[in-house]
Amino acid sequence: MCSGNSTLESYREVAPKGAVDLVYKLAKGLKGRSILHVNSTRLGGGVAEILHRFIPMFKELGISADWKVMEGSPLFYKTTKSFHNALQGQRQNIMPEMYDEYKKVNKKNARDISFDAEIVVIHDPQPAGLIVRKLKKSQWLWRCHIDISRPDRKVWYFLKDYVSRYDGAIFSLASFAQKLSIPQYLIYPSIDPLSDKNRELSKKEINAVLERYTIPTDKPIILQVSRFDRFKDPLGVIEAYKLVKKYNDCCLVLAGGGANDDPEGEQVLNGVKEATSYDKDIFVIDLPPDSNVEINALQRAATVILQKSTKEGFGLTVAEAMWKGKPVIGGAVGGITVQIIYGETGFTVNSIEGCAYRIRYLLNNPEDSALMGQKAKEYTRRNFLIIRHVCDYLALMAALLNVYGSLLYEDRAVSFYRRGIVVEFQPALQFPLYVRRSVPKVL
Amino acid sequence: MDQFDFKGCIEIKELLGKKADDELQLLELIEEVPIDSIYYHTHSYFLRHPYIAGPYPNDFANWVAIQVRDRVLGEKLASVTSEQFKSLEEIRLELAAIIDNHLSMIHIIPSVVYGQPFYFMKSRIIEVPTDVRVSTFREFKEALKTIDASAIYNHIFEARLRVRRGRSDFSIWLEEALSKKELARKFEMVDSYMYSLEGLRNKLLELCEGEA
Repeated sequence: MCSGNSTLESYREVAPKGAVDLVYKLAKGLKGRSILHVNSTRLGGGVAEILHRFIPMFKELGISADWKVMEGSPLFYKTTKSFHNALQGQRQNIMPEMYDEYKKVNKKNARDISFDAEIVVIHDPQPAGLIVRKLKKSQWLWRCHIDISRPDRKVWYFLKDYVSRYDGAIFSLASFAQKLSIPQYLIYPSIDPLSDKNRELSKKEINAVLERYTIPTDKPIILQVSRFDRFKDPLGVIEAYKLVKKYNDCCLVLAGGGANDDPEGEQVLNGVKEATSYDKDIFVIDLPPDSNVEINALQRAATVILQKSTKEGFGLTVAEAMWKGKPVIGGAVGGITVQIIYGETGFTVNSIEGCAYRIRYLLNNPEDSALMGQKAKEYTRRNFLIIRHVCDYLALMAALLNVYGSLLYEDRAVSFYRRGIVVEFQPALQFPLYVRRSVPKVL
Repeated sequence: MDQFDFKGCIEIKELLGKKADDELQLLELIEEVPIDSIYYHTHSYFLRHPYIAGPYPNDFANWVAIQVRDRVLGEKLASVTSEQFKSLEEIRLELAAIIDNHLSMIHIIPSVVYGQPFYFMKSRIIEVPTDVRVSTFREFKEALKTIDASAIYNHIFEARLRVRRGRSDFSIWLEEALSKKELARKFEMVDSYMYSLEGLRNKLLELCEGEA
């Protein structure tokens, strides 16, 4: 599914100017240092996908990188699935024996896994309990990939006991930060531009996919790729399309998966099929997992791409779409708001009407749409590609291992002194030197 | 002749776990947060937006204008750029004074209704040697075309704050090492707050055109 043999050099053509060189230079000071990643699965899911890419890249840079996967019982995975849902705000019924199983499995894995690395990165809640084996000489980071902005308090407090013992936590969005006594870092996730889902495709490959799904090529395509999940608002997308259709001849493609293993997903998919049965220009495609080339082709063929979510984690489908040079219209929620710069790389919208209006705008202003798509691609190149992601991890490693010295602004002023550079170091002004005028109360 | 040593930089973004839902909370937190948070939301804004500059050149102005939908305060905060101030504490003071003054003239505290809260962050910058050293103007021009955008940030925005000479590393080197006073003056005249880093790269290269 990924171009497994891609080396750092192969990213030079797609990465921003100088970015690959910066990675080499940054890694220079980290040669011979070690990092270990631990998660709960080697196959499937975004974490495994990114680690498959990271490990060879870090090794190529001379860093000793390793990846270990914890093992658990069916009850453990049932428990952590419930944790996952609860941390994302869904009410779950978690029995005391499930908490016990979580502790037991983590303890066992803590004994079995060798944590002999300077930096240990533990991914997601499943292996968070491994912290009980933390060695004093190493630094441990908890990397949280899920949206825990409104977690179920009981589950979060259980997990927080473990998380507080780490040296730092990494979140994907500022809104996911929690009240913790440890440093919390922000690292955005990324897409791999050389993977099947994002690599360049030939016209032939794109047309083959359109033909397979009998999608017409003589009218603009409005596309949303996402799981059939009510938070992705597929019914809202259909309503927006209906409003657009009054003025513009176009077709709508709703492509996604996830309905097979999720009873609610099946319900949503049935609802979508029912709502679209009357219109031959709406195509509902239930994609099997690993339909990467198909998704890539649909995105490249689309005129406007939507991600009209009403609740979203990071929503990397937006970056994937922008990488294909398409403007994206997305719900103003979660990570969509950091990917879409309003009016520059697309539009964030808050309603069905707003979504329809912006689709009409893009369909009727192809030059603006093309320019926005071009900006969207450049913005993605600089912010959401794997090279930036590697760079962020290297920088954090360097900071934790104190490879490049003092980093904070105040400290830097002092360190420049030490290096013999003249600076006017001013100690912080003491508030309240500033006298507050009367301010009205919040109404 | 002195060499010019290009240095890039990388920012580590740290979350403070503090957020503002209205302009009064924003003011109180601006007064309270570590100075590296003021740096993050004003100065290093450009490092995070190398290709597209947002509507205003700092996070506070953008949040107030877009999320709170208070265009008036947004415009006032947008005018705070680091070149006018000697230190980040002065910037903090100016931001606080502008918000306070604004709040004292209106009858309600504008708050987020449909938008997102303001999340305070903190910035740590790592300076990374690029091993690109140039001695001649021709080499400088060539390096400027391909160097990572973070080096442009480091030698223009960061340099002004770092050495408090109010000038970029580029113009100091052009004047002192190459005796290109006029070009150095032109470099200083560029209103860097009106460009993204890539836009700034193009502008500087444009100024270099025609120079031998």
